[in-house]
Amino acid sequence: MSTYDRAGPPHNPARRQALSCLAAWSVAAVVWTFTGGVPRALGATTAGPTTEGAASALTFVQISDTHIGFNKQANPDVVGSLRHAIAEINALPRAPAFVVHTGDVSHLSRPEEFGQAREVLQEIHVDRVHTIPGEHDTIDDGVTGYLKFFDHDGNGKAWYSFDHGGVHFIGLNNVLNFKMGTMAALGDEQIAWMKGDLARVSNSTPIVVLGHIPLWTVWEPWGWGTADSAQAMALLRRFGSVTVLNGHIHQVLQKVEGNIALHTAMSLAYPLPTPGQAGIGEPGPVTVSAGELGKVLGTRQLTVARGRHELALIDTPLAG
Amino acid sequence: MNEALSRNTSRSLRGGVVLALAVGTAFVMPAILAAAAPASTVEVNIAKFAYGPKEIAVAPGTKIVWTNHDQTPHTVTSNDKSFASKGLDTDDKFEHTFTSEGDFSYICTVHPYMTGVVHVRKQ
Repeated sequence: MSTYDRAGPPHNPARRQALSCLAAWSVAAVVWTFTGGVPRALGATTAGPTTEGAASALTFVQISDTHIGFNKQANPDVVGSLRHAIAEINALPRAPAFVVHTGDVSHLSRPEEFGQAREVLQEIHVDRVHTIPGEHDTIDDGVTGYLKFFDHDGNGKAWYSFDHGGVHFIGLNNVLNFKMGTMAALGDEQIAWMKGDLARVSNSTPIVVLGHIPLWTVWEPWGWGTADSAQAMALLRRFGSVTVLNGHIHQVLQKVEGNIALHTAMSLAYPLPTPGQAGIGEPGPVTVSAGELGKVLGTRQLTVARGRHELALIDTPLAG
Repeated sequence: MNEALSRNTSRSLRGGVVLALAVGTAFVMPAILAAAAPASTVEVNIAKFAYGPKEIAVAPGTKIVWTNHDQTPHTVTSNDKSFASKGLDTDDKFEHTFTSEGDFSYICTVHPYMTGVVHVRKQ
């Protein structure tokens, strides 16, 4: 089993060409499609056509970390940034089937923030926005406040699953079970639910897992990992194609473990520092100079070569 | 300010004792003794994802005021459930008066690697 961390795209002349086409794509969103069970990202841009994708292929968009309610120096207008992304999503040549939001919908778990987020997300021209909570959504009373606005299926849990276009989607809540000094965890109840949920899914069904905090340990000192993720990964190992979409760290990193590819996403609010930098000891919002914010709120595009499970990443900044 | 008050109170106390003994009015002493021990307030700053000071020793009756100076929200949540703040935005404060002796460890529930402890001891 090959495992490696990759923070940037491999060098490839075809990809460089694709990159230049995508440079005009100014939205911090990822457009995905599934063709033959293999996830690929479509080059979605208002200025050019999409790359090839079967007419019946499933296409969806990932956004993350909108932090509605944040109004400090790093981004005084997070609603504006979200609306910028929404305008781009609505301008896609082929509308996505739905949007997924990988958490930190709000900044302070306040009802007015959840309410505004829900209203603004309704401006996206899709039938459904599937959300999962981030730790900024569960500050005061767990998921209770979040669920009043974003209960996926009325079960009173922030975890769920659904099927679309032959792909099985799982939304996880890995921002509870915070204990002193440890990372967040999924918890035994949720893992038991996940095991039962996957029991009825065949190995050849493509799986997409949504979780706010990365399901691999990116940087433990900052809580960038999930304490019991190994149990979840063990449940996923038998499937031929698993894509894990995370948020939380406001930057793009990926890890591949066999058939499982994990990708974190950029934020639509503000950037966070990369861990391990000298002189930066905490994951606080980074303020960049004027005109630079668009460069650090970017998009993520995936392309998958026919017959390969490995996903290649192309990172495109919001603004050139 | 509390130390100065104690010193002046000690001098008045000695004077008061002499006076009370001389005059034979015992009720003066208890009133002066009561004025010698006011409750105190201690500040803890939350900055750069850390409590400062991270470890603190106070007497029973002390009130601690935490202030969040980060752009990111934090909480002050004790592990024994005896005190818990709401989510604290930038410049928000939380206060708790510690009445009983003990060791009270606490965390930020949003960032559980942020920890602090309050040792409450009679002094």
